[in-house]
Amino acid sequence: MGGRVPAVGLCVALACFLAACVAASYRAVPPPVPQGAANPGGGAIGLPAASDDDITADLAAWGPPADAAAPPDAALQFSDDPVARGKYLVDAGDCEACHTAAGGRPFAGARGIRTPFGIIYSANITPDVKTGIGRWTEVDFYRAMHKGIAHGGKNLYPAFPYTYFTRLSRPDVDATYAYLRSLPPIYQVKPANKLPFPLNVRPLMAIWNALFFRPGEFRPNPAMSAEWNRGAYLVWGPGHCGGCHTPKNLLLADRNGHALQGAKLNDWVALDLTGDPRRGLASWSNGDIVEFLRSGRNARATASGSMQEVVYYSTSRMSDSDLGAIATYLKQLPPRRHVRSFATPDQTAMLAGQAIYVDTCSACHGENGEGEPRYFPPLAGDASVQAHDPTTIVRIILAGSRSVPTPAKPSAPAMPPFAWKLDDAEVASVANYVRNAWGNSAPLVSSALVTKLRRRYGEAAER
Amino acid sequence: MPEPAVDVVLVGFGWTGAILAEALTAAGLSVLAFERGGWRTAPNDYALPFDQDELRYMWRHHLFQNVAHTTVTFRNSPDQQALPMRRLGSFLPGAGVGGGGVHWNGQVWRFLPSDFVARSHNLERYGAGVLNATEMTIQDYPVTYEELEPYYDRFDYLCGVSGKAGNLKGAIQAGGNPFEGPRSRDYPNPPLQMTYGPSLFGKAAADLGYHPFPHPAANMSRPYTNPLGVQLAQCTYCGFCEKFGCGNDSKSSPQTTILPVLMPRPNFTLRTYCEVMKVELTRDGKHATGVSYVDENGVLGFQPANIVILSAFMLENVRQLLISGIGTPYDPRTGTGTVGKNYSYQIVSSVNVFYDDKITNPFIGAGALGMIIDDFNGDNFDHTGLGFIGGGYLGALNTGARPIETHPVPDKTPKWGAGFKRAIADNYVKTVPIVTHGAVMSHRTNYLDLDPTWRDTLGRPLMRMTFDFTDNEHKMSDYLTDKAAQIGRAMGGREVKENKRSGHYDIAPYQTTHTTGGAIIGADPKTSAINRYLQSWDVPNVFVAGANAFPQNAGYNPMGTVAALTYHCAEAIIRDYVKSPGPLVQA
Repeated sequence: MGGRVPAVGLCVALACFLAACVAASYRAVPPPVPQGAANPGGGAIGLPAASDDDITADLAAWGPPADAAAPPDAALQFSDDPVARGKYLVDAGDCEACHTAAGGRPFAGARGIRTPFGIIYSANITPDVKTGIGRWTEVDFYRAMHKGIAHGGKNLYPAFPYTYFTRLSRPDVDATYAYLRSLPPIYQVKPANKLPFPLNVRPLMAIWNALFFRPGEFRPNPAMSAEWNRGAYLVWGPGHCGGCHTPKNLLLADRNGHALQGAKLNDWVALDLTGDPRRGLASWSNGDIVEFLRSGRNARATASGSMQEVVYYSTSRMSDSDLGAIATYLKQLPPRRHVRSFATPDQTAMLAGQAIYVDTCSACHGENGEGEPRYFPPLAGDASVQAHDPTTIVRIILAGSRSVPTPAKPSAPAMPPFAWKLDDAEVASVANYVRNAWGNSAPLVSSALVTKLRRRYGEAAER
Repeated sequence: MPEPAVDVVLVGFGWTGAILAEALTAAGLSVLAFERGGWRTAPNDYALPFDQDELRYMWRHHLFQNVAHTTVTFRNSPDQQALPMRRLGSFLPGAGVGGGGVHWNGQVWRFLPSDFVARSHNLERYGAGVLNATEMTIQDYPVTYEELEPYYDRFDYLCGVSGKAGNLKGAIQAGGNPFEGPRSRDYPNPPLQMTYGPSLFGKAAADLGYHPFPHPAANMSRPYTNPLGVQLAQCTYCGFCEKFGCGNDSKSSPQTTILPVLMPRPNFTLRTYCEVMKVELTRDGKHATGVSYVDENGVLGFQPANIVILSAFMLENVRQLLISGIGTPYDPRTGTGTVGKNYSYQIVSSVNVFYDDKITNPFIGAGALGMIIDDFNGDNFDHTGLGFIGGGYLGALNTGARPIETHPVPDKTPKWGAGFKRAIADNYVKTVPIVTHGAVMSHRTNYLDLDPTWRDTLGRPLMRMTFDFTDNEHKMSDYLTDKAAQIGRAMGGREVKENKRSGHYDIAPYQTTHTTGGAIIGADPKTSAINRYLQSWDVPNVFVAGANAFPQNAGYNPMGTVAALTYHCAEAIIRDYVKSPGPLVQA
């Protein structure tokens, strides 16, 4: 343990520096281009533009991916052929999402992954010799997955979730390697990362690893069922669910005491996956979870934000038995113990919000927030609507959102943006109404938060 | 670099294009569709916060064909000089993905079994005199209602039509249309909730011994998932269907029924903002090699294809045939030639019932929401001694009383000023309109050809339309209007106002977009342009899908029959043509 003391000291210094960098790094990333005319009498009103860091926009294509007819991929799970099993694992790991640039070739990388510290570009994982993993051996690949160290010995950044992939079994990693080696090689040079000093010094990641990373394959818990163990393996291994759903500390490592209790990443709030009655999955049945992961929606909710990409490239291609295992595992997660108390809107504010809601939202979401299950998301009882952090709901009101198309649910209804129509106070007002009507309850949304998010995701309302 | 050849090229991507593309790609063919307009979706182009903008969509024609690019020239008779229509009026063709399927009402009808044998049926029942043989040029279809029934059914279920069957496999059903041909099964969705005005009409009609039933509607009475797995939402009765896109995804359109499964298919390609110039033929003119087109940047291209299907609005389909030199142009003096022949339309009129004591709230509407009687359609009634053939449905439709468009006022109201305004305010919510929707028979001098003078922006001749109503239409329409007024009077209002259709056909006021004929279906290449599979008699690898196929018009909205003929065509291509390219019917 003594050897870690200097490392901790260095990290504290790093943390101070990085905290100062956070604001600057936001500016380093150009905000998503606001789309479409604000003027409904003129041109079209657009959904958010495709940009490297905005996942929903990549899915603007109509319908599910042509090659994703469900569930032939699922059958690969038990194949004797390592390439076929590797394909299934690559799907389960959602690899294609990060390793494909907007409009780029699959797995050729070069997609910018936005982090609070800067942009990290994903690697080309096709077997191209010059720019991909053509020179990597099976052992190299296992070391990268298991220890976060690339061919040649340099440290990888944990934006590549080796902190989760370390739990994959050796045969699963080898199958993944076999599949990636079977892909056509694509020459695609990775752009230089945009990280400030000292984060651009890769060897420093050894310190991060020493602090926050314990390599080790998944060990089943003999006290639990085989299905639970399979679910735990998928959630904590290839699925790397905690990458979004677990809150992070100042150096972006998981706060394990709050595992899967929900977190904000790139202005999307990943939901609490525990048994929280209001903001978690307490009211969801195992079947609800399976349906959501399979089709991107269920009678209670519709996937939004980064989760759409997970559904599109990953869970919609997984087997029912694996989705069922994930549900079994998630359903036993206990809720957080301490829930903060918060203020709710008064009667006058609720009436004002209701007036906006009835005019603007009720045609699809229903007068009582009942929605049209599996098409227009119900808002009453919805966990995303009631999340403590209202970023997601405010962002969707401002910028709109399109549902993710899947083979099970090919229609992708969309909510148009309202930034052009509602000013900051009105957005806050209707968000507060929705978050506190029909039995919902959530902290107040401030007009200032809307102002802040509008700068990134909407245009000023024209009056 | 030449474009790679495809199995099928589609010229136009509205309802027929989408139906064909879905069916043909499912069968494994590679399909490329050209659309002159752009990509359109509800959230981008007619989203809920602004889709009910009457000024933008209805009056400024946001979803329609731009007549500054191409239009038709018009005259009432061959001895007149035709002039271009510079503002759309009488009919409203769409442009852009989904075509008119985006801004239609969703009125889904089947023609009567007797409509398919209009000539022989009327000859047999009323004798040769009724056809006024030299002037009326009606013909039988080469397909029967029974043959098309499975394809009608397919479209009903694709669209999730809300309605009540009146004839299930020959058994008449109470509450449905007892005159309709036998259906193999009921509609996929129950009728829409009926509003007050149509209910008053239904009651009065029933009391008079007629047979009222809810209008079949491609507006969803409940959430629906069609056989392709595509979902539609429940209608909110906002009253903005016709001339508008549906922001709620509750009106059937290619976007809400087909495109989510079609667009990702690797064997389908859509090219927007591409205008097909013409179908290119081999030197002998007997085989199409593909189409030439102009893309968004004005660059001329050639797309080779094994099959070319014209799937644009029917007027453009006929123009493509004429410009490409496929078939012989129709000559009204001799009656020879087939392309352009039997252009037809519909004749509509209305009756307003005004109340003092009833609030009808006509703004609560949906495109095909209403009560109808079919007692005076087709040959559902005895025409002996009436001096006309054909008929139409009549009924009270609540399509939604949009505020700029709708100003029902009683007779003797001032045309402008304070009195006019007061009359609108007094009557707007106290009125029930009854419409009549009448057939138009085909006549020797109603036809389409290329205008000798006027050209579009790409230098091609405009379509010239020569059309007028004849005595048959006026007698028929007046008869229907009288029947509507009879029911109107039985509805117990203060006043009944009849709005008859009189005089020459006028292209300025909106009537219906149900233009038909010009490349008609038939059993004989001497009297028709296409065979029972919509295949050109002259160039067998060209097919023409649309209302251009109707030998004469019926008293119904055309889309159901257009779709049924299109599915029938797609199946013949898949089943027979692909295996053995060539004429599917030997002349």
